[in-house]
Amino acid sequence: MQMVSLKRGVSQNMGFATAVLLLLALYLTYNMMHPRGFSSAVAIQNSNETVAIAFVAMAQTLPVLLGGLDLSVGAVMTLTNCVASLLLNGSPAQILLGMGLTLLTGTMFGLMNGLIVVYGRIQPIIATLATGAIAMGLALLIRPEPGGNVDGDLGWALTNSVWDLADTYGFADGGDAWWLRPFADIPVPFLLVLFVAIFVWLPFRRSVTGRTVYAIGSAEGAAYMSGLPINRAKIAAFTLGGFFAACGGLYLAIQTSSGNADIQQAGAYTLNSIAAVVLGGTSLLGGTGGAIGSLIGAMILRVISFYFRILDIDPLLQPLIEGLVLLTAVSFGAFRTLRVKNQLDLFR
Amino acid sequence: MRMSISIENRPIVIASLFIVVILIAGTAYTLSTTGTAPLLSANYLLQQLQTGSFLGICAAGMMMVILLGHIDLSIPWTLTAAAMTATAVGGDLALPTALAVGLAVGLLNGFGVAYLRIPSMIFTLGVDTVLRGLMVAQTGGFAPQDKATPLMLFLAKDKILGIPAAIVVWAAVSLIIMLVLTRTGFGRSIYATGSRERAAYLSGIRTRSVIIGAFVVSSLCAAIAGVLLAGYSAKAYQGMGNAFLLPAIAAVVLGGTHILGGKGRYIGTLIGVILIVLLNSVLSIMQMPEAGRQIIYGSVIIGMLLVYGRNQRITS
Repeated sequence: MQMVSLKRGVSQNMGFATAVLLLLALYLTYNMMHPRGFSSAVAIQNSNETVAIAFVAMAQTLPVLLGGLDLSVGAVMTLTNCVASLLLNGSPAQILLGMGLTLLTGTMFGLMNGLIVVYGRIQPIIATLATGAIAMGLALLIRPEPGGNVDGDLGWALTNSVWDLADTYGFADGGDAWWLRPFADIPVPFLLVLFVAIFVWLPFRRSVTGRTVYAIGSAEGAAYMSGLPINRAKIAAFTLGGFFAACGGLYLAIQTSSGNADIQQAGAYTLNSIAAVVLGGTSLLGGTGGAIGSLIGAMILRVISFYFRILDIDPLLQPLIEGLVLLTAVSFGAFRTLRVKNQLDLFR
Repeated sequence: MRMSISIENRPIVIASLFIVVILIAGTAYTLSTTGTAPLLSANYLLQQLQTGSFLGICAAGMMMVILLGHIDLSIPWTLTAAAMTATAVGGDLALPTALAVGLAVGLLNGFGVAYLRIPSMIFTLGVDTVLRGLMVAQTGGFAPQDKATPLMLFLAKDKILGIPAAIVVWAAVSLIIMLVLTRTGFGRSIYATGSRERAAYLSGIRTRSVIIGAFVVSSLCAAIAGVLLAGYSAKAYQGMGNAFLLPAIAAVVLGGTHILGGKGRYIGTLIGVILIVLLNSVLSIMQMPEAGRQIIYGSVIIGMLLVYGRNQRITS
């Protein structure tokens, strides 16, 4: 009985399972080849570089589950990045308030996206194309030149290991308490992403609103006829997407202690987030997948780029290899077409 | 008599009215600041349309793909790759080379979407990344020739009978696309496939070939735009196509083409392009900083779609 349900669980989450295995294989090999592999320092550096794209990929997941696409995630992340670069300094209370305001900015922007999509009845992809431009404009207003002023202690504490966090803020005997020892070497950024995934994404997925998001992605008409709260679910999905994007922007500001309203960078984040979502096993047609998968997908994307540092590859060939890997990875989806028994099933 | 406008033409009429509003607002601004009205001079408008022709040609190709309910995100680097290989080859072969690059990319995109059934959103994105990689690898190690050939310079900068050649090329492309969409079986098949691929397939349309055809047209248009842009700036450079992707999508949608496919007229796309080009030029006359431009740009798209781009309410 147990075996059967496990088998079914894996076969229904093929994309996700493949992504996890791929990530494990890639990352273990990476650490074995790295001269200082399996050390805290390498893990800290890697996780620092992954956080922003991981959050943005999670943000992209929700609209994709609805069967849409959010072209504004990169711009919202940039906007919140600029907001955070202004607010994250002063007394601890001021810093906390700044964090709250940053997250609120992104969440409100997501809410606006949701309201436009639901009550304006505009296709998500085109509505967010426009609101993305607005977000970039606001980001440029806030920060015409790159720069910022982020509290140094905060930047140090959140971008290193748990021991450094405890050491900086002087709790748990400055990091030497016995109960902290098992966790002392874990990178804080990794825990932050995990925290948001477990305490924000999982409860949402289990709620009626979250399930409705999946239902809408599978068959909107059927979801409507079943009396599910369609409008609420759509608005909630975009709002939560905005919140995740804000988490990414907030962390990027803490990590780089600056804000940068760069249109190219925002576009790159948006496009990479789509790639990460697909790699993580979420269908672009909506209805299947999840934010955890996208998290894995984002990590895979990043690990591939880490390889360039340890392998002696001509830097000029790097973009080409990145592109080929991405194209090959998404082409695996084509196996679906071989299994189809009725040609008509290929057409939506 | 009460004017009645069919649903299909409403976007076109409203977008045209908005163009007039932009022209009036811009002229009012220049009259009040400098006392001149450059926006209404034919020369200035032709010059704006000349720079707008690159966007116009990209949007023409993009429209074919959007009519199918797909999207082509590989336009930026198809444009760049075509321009860079054309200038690297040089001479008489430059133009055929660019078109060959466009053809190859289009076939690849079409194959991935039509046969492998990978969503166009992600497949064309992957192709775009690969093209970028190829161009970086090609030009990074050594510097190939990047000067535009005389023919490219002529097409982009010279005038034919007083009209900039780039506009003539744009008009030719527009005419061909318009004829294809309204007068040929291929055009009809595009609308049918975009409305419901399953039904189109069952009624005997070879939908796979139609999809490949549309992607080839899109990439060819991007290649032509690349050749013109290389001629206009006298050289090909990396990232020259980045500024065209989102405005092209916006122009097509503002012109009333449905983003999920099946509906839309080419004249609308034409008007969408002119709207975006004029909006941009009025904003630069007003010396609007980049921040304000982005905000206004986004608000205009949202505002116009709220007027006429709304979906049906889901009821079953």
